[in-house]
Amino acid sequence: MKRLINQHPRRIGKILLGLIPFLLILGVYSFASNERLEINPNDKLMPAFSTMADSMHRMMFEPSKRSGEYLFWTDTSSSLKRLGLGVAISAFISLVVGIFLGIIPKIRAGVAPLITAVSLIPPLAILPILFIIFGLGEVSKVMLIVLGITPFLIRDTQLRVMELPEEQIIKAQTLGANSWQVITRVVLPQILPKLIDALRLSLGSAWLFLIAAEAISSTSGLGYRIFLVRRYLSMDVILPYVVWIAILAFAADYLLRRLSRSAFPWQITATREAK
Amino acid sequence: MKTIEIKHLWKEYGDNIVLEDLNLSVKAGEFVTLVGTSGCGKTTFLKLLLGIETVTRGKILLDDEPLVDEPDATRGIVFQRYSSFPHLNVVENVMLGEEFESSPLFGRSFGKKRQAIRERAIKILKRVGLGDAIDKYPSELSGGMQQRLAIAQALIKNPSILLLDEPFGALDPGIRADMHELILDIWKETKLTIFMITHDLKEGFHLGTRLLVFDKRRHDPDQPNRYGATITYDIPVEKTDNETLDEITGSMSNKKQEATL
Repeated sequence: MKRLINQHPRRIGKILLGLIPFLLILGVYSFASNERLEINPNDKLMPAFSTMADSMHRMMFEPSKRSGEYLFWTDTSSSLKRLGLGVAISAFISLVVGIFLGIIPKIRAGVAPLITAVSLIPPLAILPILFIIFGLGEVSKVMLIVLGITPFLIRDTQLRVMELPEEQIIKAQTLGANSWQVITRVVLPQILPKLIDALRLSLGSAWLFLIAAEAISSTSGLGYRIFLVRRYLSMDVILPYVVWIAILAFAADYLLRRLSRSAFPWQITATREAK
Repeated sequence: MKTIEIKHLWKEYGDNIVLEDLNLSVKAGEFVTLVGTSGCGKTTFLKLLLGIETVTRGKILLDDEPLVDEPDATRGIVFQRYSSFPHLNVVENVMLGEEFESSPLFGRSFGKKRQAIRERAIKILKRVGLGDAIDKYPSELSGGMQQRLAIAQALIKNPSILLLDEPFGALDPGIRADMHELILDIWKETKLTIFMITHDLKEGFHLGTRLLVFDKRRHDPDQPNRYGATITYDIPVEKTDNETLDEITGSMSNKKQEATL
């Protein structure tokens, strides 16, 4: 027998091993739910899978009696719009600010302390300020995401820029580059894939801020719905919504990873060499 | 073609004196190799020539004009590593220098202009032996090929001075011999002034026209940074023989022993 640290699962074995914990959780849930429903058929805490399916069918395919909307899809699209807009704005700001902070010493000296200070403020603490300034509409929700993740993204971008080998920056200058050309042709193309990596890491926080904002003030959205039906203990809606959010988060992460690979083919061989 | 005149150059970092009272005159077209123990200031000297460090006292004159104190296209550089850009393929790496010049705003060229630059780049790449690798990324190249690429990048700007910072230090001996041949050929063709740092004394004896040894004249064992290094040997390469080699090696290892004692 080989040592445990040297035993690697095969491809199919790996997939099966990965599935086991999920199946286990489903099995335990289904068992516990059955037990509870047998004692009290009106139990709301652990609804059966069939109940969840019924509720989701209603949310997805039957227009709401009040507004005529298909609630599940309206919620999904308004949440994704807010998230996408917030993340896109953050990415753009941090790309511009981060690059200038990283490459131009005078800008770094002037602006970096401010960014550090802002990043220390818990974003949720200023949510009331956002509601007061921007009202209860879409802007304040998007702003919360932007304020929540931009400081991290800026600092990460700045560090990545400063990590670029000094040799490259000097070499570019000996090839006649001015500051702007160093930024556009040497720094920017090498920073874009690293920004995507940082975005993947900050998506979790972005969701957090989105749900928080929606929970407090909204008329649609995944977070809004979860917090709304909580009043009726509707676990049959909450649980599928949570799973759906997890699926959306996973899909966003996967898409960003694919984008990074296909748009920047040079980094595949570069990282392989670094390993 | 440019002559370099260095007069009473001192370089200090606070109390740490790195170079002291260094005088040197280099004619256009010389191939100067710099050797010395590590920490003897030869890299600092190269940085001064490159313009990323400034002198504390003294002057560096390029054709009687003070040297520009930031890197520019008159001085090409090849580092030991990280000289090429990982996100550009081989030919784009070489084209970059020309593209910077052709478009100040975007640093990119298009159409016929781009085609002309590309052809020039390919010609240079063929010259350094990378004609078959123009579409590869630097990370796909071996160490020797990466250094060939770095040389090609510098050549497209026709610099008057080429600075080489231990360019072959990380290469296998066989490949290093090929690279020596290449750099000598290029030097003969282009009449460049070359400064090359090497830690290999024999390399210094074999290449170029002039060998400079950096070392400290005086040494204080209690305060190793009290005295800076300067040029202790300045030998035309044709006059190098085994006796001189032994002498220099001896002088350098003696100092080293003193330092460790």
